[in-house]
Amino acid sequence: MWRRHTLKSHYDVIIIGGGIHGLATAYYLAKNHGITNVAVVDKGYLGGGGSGRNTAIVRSNYLTPEGVAFYDRSLELYNTMATDLNLNVMFSRRGHLTLAHTDSALRTMNWRAEVNKLAGVDSSVIGPQEVKELAPSLDVSTGTRYPILGALYHPPGGIVRHDAVVWGYARAADHLGVELHQETEVLDILVTGGEGPDGKGHGGKVTGIRTNRGDISSPVVVNCTAGWASLISNMAGVPLPITTHPLQAAVTEPCKVFLPTVVVSGSLHVYVSQTDRGELVFGASVDPVGTYRVNGTLEFIEELAGHVLELMPGISKMRLLRQWSGLCDMTPDYSPVMGYTQVAGYLVDVGWGTYGFKAGPVSGETMAESIAIGRNADLIASFGIERFTEGDLVGEKGAAAVGH
Amino acid sequence: MIVVPCPNCGPRNASDLRNCGETVVRPNPSTTSLREWRTYLYIRENPAGWLTETWYCRNGCRRYFTIERNTSTNEIRENNS
Repeated sequence: MWRRHTLKSHYDVIIIGGGIHGLATAYYLAKNHGITNVAVVDKGYLGGGGSGRNTAIVRSNYLTPEGVAFYDRSLELYNTMATDLNLNVMFSRRGHLTLAHTDSALRTMNWRAEVNKLAGVDSSVIGPQEVKELAPSLDVSTGTRYPILGALYHPPGGIVRHDAVVWGYARAADHLGVELHQETEVLDILVTGGEGPDGKGHGGKVTGIRTNRGDISSPVVVNCTAGWASLISNMAGVPLPITTHPLQAAVTEPCKVFLPTVVVSGSLHVYVSQTDRGELVFGASVDPVGTYRVNGTLEFIEELAGHVLELMPGISKMRLLRQWSGLCDMTPDYSPVMGYTQVAGYLVDVGWGTYGFKAGPVSGETMAESIAIGRNADLIASFGIERFTEGDLVGEKGAAAVGH
Repeated sequence: MIVVPCPNCGPRNASDLRNCGETVVRPNPSTTSLREWRTYLYIRENPAGWLTETWYCRNGCRRYFTIERNTSTNEIRENNS
């Protein structure tokens, strides 16, 4: 699918992180801007982090106008991705239900629906009966502990095969001349002229990176990592407003297809969809204790099973096949941190929390544009790192980790 | 389950307590600059290794205390500083 290369001593752009974000950035740099002397370096293998661990849901029914515009562009790119990359990414546009179990959740759903409609996104609040028609396996009776009072219905949402997205971007970037270097761990980011120790930090300028395969020089280094974003960024002297939490997910044995939409419940901290193979894929909110350790826990499975059965009592006999977890870089406002930083030539595309997969394509497109034009692209203007020193946060309560 | 040693209640499951995150020094609000204040509010070191953090004994004695935890292994040692 892609070639191996010996590491050169210089590239025009180095991208750290070979997941969807890093590969998409490389692809759009080459395709849209003709910048092909680009290296993507990853300490493991391509798509081994969040890109292969997420629950593959895409949607654009966010709460802030900035978020809606951004994720809607991503959905557009997902719509045509199979053709653009000449690889079947199995995008299943099946509709997305966000359930409301409380009056306050219903209020947020109405708020989101109005923001979405204003932005031209297909999104509306529906009642329990319509929910039942869309997903008959859901228990919409009123005697339950968390009755379904309604839902935000978003028909353009769906699921995508996440591995295929990684392979598609990697192959397409490779064809355009980008070099993909796996098992290449970044040990340090080389910066001169900054205020901090070793010339790093504010006012500095990137000159390259140090890897386990040698030093590489480059005027532009982009941090597209998740889980390790703070560690990589600290190498450049750019501390981040991020705490890393694991998010656990699980999948059942396959069974006959019965769940036609993606179902999400913020109050019950669960989202579920059925793959084309028939497995139910469950995700949850992030673990409450920040850690880099990605082992699964029994209490997660217990809680998840309890909540899923409150929604769908009919699947009590189904068996779980496996569980896994991935690392989520949580920011205080549930929005990402993107673009240029206080170190010249060092860009970030981090803080992707629980929404990195659905944003992959548009992040690549806008990061590539930002690199090419020398300033942050308009679509990501509000996601800059300076918002945390200027106090101008983008509170995204439409994110998956946010309970209502 | 992470077991957290509350200085008053002894070892408790992490779910009995609230993790308040990395312990950060609060600047004096009447003399600090906005930039310093916001750094205190938002910026975290987020290390993969030993971290000094604050816990709240939510379902027990309701005491706030700090411990050191290795975020790569979740090993805990009591904070002697």
